[in-house]
Formats: sequence, C-alpha cells, structure tokens
Amino acid sequence: MIRSTYLPLLITLATFVLAYALCASAYPAMLSFRVVANLLTDNAFLGIAAVGMTFVILSGGIDLSIGSVIAFTGVFLAVILRDTGLHPLVAFALVLALTTGFGAAMGATIHYLEMPPFIVTLAGMFLARGAAYVLSTESVPITHEFYDTLQDMYWKIDGARFRLIGLVMVLTFVVGIITAHRTRFGQNVYALGGGEQTARLMGVPIAATTIGIYAVSGGLAGLSGIVFSLYTSAGYSLATVGVELDAIAAVVIGGTLLTGGYGFVAGTFFGILIMGLIQTYIVFDGTLSSWWTKIVIGGLLFAFILLQKGLTWAAEKRAAQARLRTATGSAALS
Amino acid sequence: MKDVPTPDRPVLHARGISKFFPGTIALDDVSVRLMPGEVHALLGENGAGKSTLIKCLTGAYRRDAGVMELDGQEVDPASTAESQRLGIGTVYQEVNLLPNLTVAENLFLGRQPTRGRFIARRRMNAMAREVLESYGLDIDPAEPLSGYSVAIQQVIAIARAVDMSGKVLILDEPTASLDHDEVQLLFRVIRQLKARGLAVVFITHFLDQVFDISDRATVLRNGQVVGECLLNEVTQHDVVTMMLGRQLEARVQNRDTGRAGKTLVEISDLGKRGMIDPFSLTIHEGEVVGLAGLLGSGRTETANLIFGVVPADQGKITLRGKAIDITNPRDAVAHRFALCPEDRKVDGIVGDLSVRDNIILALQARQGWMRPIPRAKVEEIAQSYVRALDIRLASLDMPIRLLSGGNQQKALLARWLATNPDFLILDEPTRGIDVGAHAEIIALIEQLRADGMALLVASSELEELVAYSTRVIVLRDRQQVRELTGDDISPATIIDVIATEEAAR
Repeated sequence: MIRSTYLPLLITLATFVLAYALCASAYPAMLSFRVVANLLTDNAFLGIAAVGMTFVILSGGIDLSIGSVIAFTGVFLAVILRDTGLHPLVAFALVLALTTGFGAAMGATIHYLEMPPFIVTLAGMFLARGAAYVLSTESVPITHEFYDTLQDMYWKIDGARFRLIGLVMVLTFVVGIITAHRTRFGQNVYALGGGEQTARLMGVPIAATTIGIYAVSGGLAGLSGIVFSLYTSAGYSLATVGVELDAIAAVVIGGTLLTGGYGFVAGTFFGILIMGLIQTYIVFDGTLSSWWTKIVIGGLLFAFILLQKGLTWAAEKRAAQARLRTATGSAALS
Repeated sequence: MKDVPTPDRPVLHARGISKFFPGTIALDDVSVRLMPGEVHALLGENGAGKSTLIKCLTGAYRRDAGVMELDGQEVDPASTAESQRLGIGTVYQEVNLLPNLTVAENLFLGRQPTRGRFIARRRMNAMAREVLESYGLDIDPAEPLSGYSVAIQQVIAIARAVDMSGKVLILDEPTASLDHDEVQLLFRVIRQLKARGLAVVFITHFLDQVFDISDRATVLRNGQVVGECLLNEVTQHDVVTMMLGRQLEARVQNRDTGRAGKTLVEISDLGKRGMIDPFSLTIHEGEVVGLAGLLGSGRTETANLIFGVVPADQGKITLRGKAIDITNPRDAVAHRFALCPEDRKVDGIVGDLSVRDNIILALQARQGWMRPIPRAKVEEIAQSYVRALDIRLASLDMPIRLLSGGNQQKALLARWLATNPDFLILDEPTRGIDVGAHAEIIALIEQLRADGMALLVASSELEELVAYSTRVIVLRDRQQVRELTGDDISPATIIDVIATEEAAR
C-alpha cells in the first residue's frame, strides 16, 4: 500500500516522468545522456542551495538570504584568489565557515529574539549582497590552476560529460535525504515544522535545532557559491539575484508543504530536475522566449499549491472517518 | 499488589503546596497523596486550583512553598522535562503529539533507537508495535499520527508518557473531546495502567466518569483542599456539595414568571456527536428558559448548536411551526435569533472598534455591507441603547475595550437587541462583572421577558438562574437530565438533580 505521506512525492515524480516523456516525444534528442549530464551540471548550484531550503521550509521557516550568500561566496573566493596566495581549498574552508556561521547567527536571531524568519533572512539577504558589493562591484575572473583541475574532472558516458559539480549536487542530496530521515536532527526538523509548542513539550531542543537548520542552509548556500564559481569561473556581486525564490519553487514543486512538517528532500531533487527540464525544452525549441520558463514554473507552482490544499482536505476527511471507525469498532467490542 | 487496608506508601506525596500570583493565592497549603495502582481524581470548579496544582507537580510552575516526595525521596522538578525524567508524565486534553510524524516517531521522538549515528527505523517500528500492542492497539506505527482518531492519539500520548516516566501519570481532561465509546477505549487503557501499579491522576468535569474510573478523590475549592475521600464511600451528591460548597438552603424567591405566550421555537433531537447528546426543547414567547449544569455539562454547547456556531449533525428546529435550517450564525441571525457568547473578550467584542461600531455590528451585518445604515440612524440607535441599558462611557467613539466588564456586556447585549431579536440566547451573561451591573442585567432579562421576547440563558450562577427562569433545564455530562418548573426551581433542587445518580438517562 502507498502511504498517503508519499503521495506528493509520487506526484512530483510522475510530473517529472510525464514532462520528460512530453519533451522526448517532441525532441527525441532530449532522451540522451548529454541532456541528463547538462541538467545536472547546469542546476548543480541551485540544487545544493535547495537542499538547505528544504530543511528550512520543513521546519516551517524560510531563508531569503541564499541568493545573496551565493553571490557573496563567489566574490569572496575571486577576491581572495586574486589578492592572496591562499590555496583554493583553504579559501573554500574559510568561506564555508563564514557562511555557516552567518546562517547560525540568523537562526540564533530568529530563535532568541523570536523574530519571524522572513524578516531576519531578508536582513541577511541585504547584508550578504551588500558585503559582496563592498568586496567588488565588478565581475572578478577566477584564474587558478586548481580551478582548472576541478573543472576538468568529469566522467564520460556515451560522449556525455558528467562533471564534478553535478556529482557534488547528487551527493548533497544523498546526505540531505539521510540526514532528514535517519538522524535525530532530521526528525527534530520535522517535529519543529509540525508544531513548535508541541515539539518543545516533547523535549525537542528548539534552540539547537533552529540554529542548526539555518546553519545548514547558510553552509549549503556557501557550497552552492563554490560550485557556482566553478561553473562560471568568476565572482560577481550582481549574480544569482532571486535564486532563493527558484529554490523555494523547487522545494514546493518537490511536494514540500510551505507551512512546514511535510515533505521530502528527494522531492526537491525532482523539483530541480523539472525546472531544469523546462529550461532545456525552451533551448531545444529555440523560438520560445526564455520567459516561458517563468510562466510554466508559475503554473506548476499554482498546480502544486492546489494539490497540497486538496491533500490537506483529504487528510482531514480521513481523520474524521478514522474517528467514526474507532467509535464503531469499540462499540462492537463492548 | 495486595489490597492493603492501611494506606501504603504513596508514590507521590505533596505536602503544603502553596502558589501565589500577584494579588491572589492560587494554592493554599494543598496536600495530595497518590497511591500506586490507584486512580486519583482531582475535582473542583473552574478556578479551584486544579491546573495550578498540576503545573506545580510537573514543574511547569515553581511552587512557593511545600514539599514533594517521590517514592520517599524529596524532589524538586524545575521543568516538565525534569519531572518526566523523575517519573511524572502528563497527557493534556489537546493531544500534544505531532500529526505530521508517524506513530512510532511520535512515541520515540528524542529517544529513538539508533545504530551508530542513524535512527534504526525498522527496530523503532517494531518497538512501537510492541508498546502499542500492550495497550490493545493493533495499528501500523509507520502511519502518520493524523490518520488516527483523537482517542487513539490520546492512548499513544499516554503510551509515550508512561514509557518515558512510568511512576505517575497525570491525565488533564483527557476525555473532553471524546464521545462515549472513545471514553470506554481510554478507560480500558487506564485500568490496565492501574493494574501495572501506576499512580494515575485524573482530571475531568464529568462526574460519572470520575465515579466510573477513580478510586480516590481530592476536592479543591478556592485553592484549598476541601477533602480527600474514597469514592466508594461517598455519593455524587456529597462530591458536588463539596465542590460547590454552597449552603443548600432554599432562598425564598419572589418570582413573577408571568404567562408564557405562543410557542416560538421547537427544537427536536438536535445534537452533535462528541459534543452534546440530542436534546429537545420548546421555547415560548415571553419565557426565560434557564440552562443549569456544572462546567463542561454542555451549556455552552447547547447554545452554540442552536445558534449554528457549530452545525448540528442531527435533529431539526422549527420556528413558529415552520421548519428552518440553521447551519451557521448568519442563518440564525436571519431568523431573528441572537447569541451573546460566554467569552466576550474572544467571541464578542471587537476591542479596538468604538462602542458605537460594536453596537451596530450585528444589525449592519444582517443588512449586508452593501447597504450601510445612515450615520444619523447609527447614532440614534447607539444613543438609545446606551441610555436604555445605562452603559457608562465617556463617548461613543471610545474603543470598547476601555469599558468595564459590565459595560462591555451591556454593549454586547445592545448589539443584539438592536437587531430586535425574537429569540435571545445568553451564555453566562453575568460572568466577571461587578455586583451592580449584575443586578441590572438580571433586571434587563426580566424586562425583555415581560416585553414578550423568548430567552434562553445559560449560567453557572444558580441563584441568578432561579431568579429569572420560567423553566430550568438541567444538563449533566452533555445530556439534558431534567426540566424543572414552578416551585421546583431552587438552587437546592438543581444541585440535587446534578448530583443524583438516578437522574433520567
């Protein structure tokens, strides 16, 4: 039997399969490893950030800062590599510590000052974007042989190049899925999304969990920024504006409830792929404006919000029926 | 464990517990003994101190004086988590579990079995199944909690509390939202826990349930212990008398109930599962029908059901011989019904709106927002009611929250009187208002009745009910148990009916 909790995930999966089938029937060339490899590579940075966003939304929060954090990370790396002799790996560690700490600070603000995540991360968004501008207003190219080495790492299947950054995204998702479902931290995230007051009464460490969630989101935005800098070989403070909204869209299309508590990290993966697929279709078509991506994603979002509402209603109906069932059941017993 | 005649050592012994809040003494030198294998009922009207005592025992509040001994050891829990670790588990009326997690996840949240650093899900589900089977529940622990009824969720909450604590289990109104069969399911579980030697504290407003499941009771009134008793040695009458503490002498009332007019509203078999049993009621013009009963007996529920606040799932209402359909308050207002709710702060006044706007609200709502009542007319209506009801205010423009309780209540009454209702339902019209305003509201009720309006008044003030009611309907455990008329209406008979076990069922 399919558990009702998995229904949104299955619907996302079905949407993806259907969308891919439609694309492939229009352009058989889309049914190739090359397209799949590009899908992974092109959406790597967004996917990594969306994993963090999934945790945030599962807990009932929101993180608007990730687009700015990605841009900041890129500029920070570019400037460091241009002006100092630091090895990129050291720079990576530095920027990851910085972004994780930034996220943790936002989480602490949200928890201890009892501020809505929307406002706190909005402030974070401006702060990070501003910090990026302070470092450089120009696009700073990154030229380092280590970068070239990383960029040249790929696995060739059938002429398609599966690049390192795609692998990093897939690994992030795997770790994310395990964390969400097989660790106490993951369970606490779900518990927080189910109801903070109740979670507190049940002994969930609210402070540590909240801070942890935003630290994860910040850290993954940092990792996403590293991947983005590998993808573009540059750091630019105007880059990745609005990426947080794309990430939120991917999470929702992935079947996670915006109010928190219900959803899957794996769903977000397919949410990302669906969005990437639409983009690819438009490239293949060649005549459509790229704005159609936004229109289709908007439509999909609406569809998924309606779907979530429908599922909630269905669940309430089921609960009412369950009540009747136990009533008749225990009546039969007595 | 054998039945020991002398009280064996209590699991939890609280002595001389006191708790002060600014301006009041919530608990005054309260002592309770919880015996192993016993269900101990904590009884008392609202404000008697039951929940304060529970909060002190579970560490949610710090007590200001007194000693707590658990198994002979002095303890001083500083938080609910600590008292849980010590062995005191609590289950509340609203199930404190997470609907989005599975049954097993709820049972083991925070203490999941792990392999290495990861949760061993299969083992967790197996353990959950085992725990639940010991409670006679054969359910799939991998299903989300929300798929199960409130009664089953209660049992799961109990299982979690017992599993984590295991000495004392406090059940705070666990049956408040359960229907009869679900209560039986819960009671089976409680009896099992009793047999296991747990000390169970049971809090409820339903006296039948108290006598059904409890062995011992401690009765509180105004923050003090009135007495502790073994329930097989006392009657419900004794307990009610202890709880209410009222002298049962009948006060002489000079009541002029007048003659009831034509039949206005006829209610037959109106009910809602899990809220109130089906009841029938006929109300005539120029009549005040009183609703009496302990807290939780179904007074407010009756009022809300008639007014359509909660739609009924059976029964029908006829108005002047014609069947009408009331599924929401708008329908009720359209038929010239009116309801002044019990909690005026939450359900009644709109605090930041002016007194004038509050008074005109219901009338304007019935007219529809497209046809605003002219300003001059609004002023006239508001002025006339302020004068008629003697509402004391500086200006009609002041926000209503600045008025005193009694004046707020009168303004609310004015709101509904402005709609010129045929049938007025008042739920606790005199709660929390001073004595002067009290008398005025009673006078007003009599005035309205004399003018030919039909009224249904729910109140916990028996003397007051007796003063103005033509008939009194007594409710108990969400059922109508008796209708009193004429000379039978006195506080003593009402208490008698509430307490008597032979009440018509």
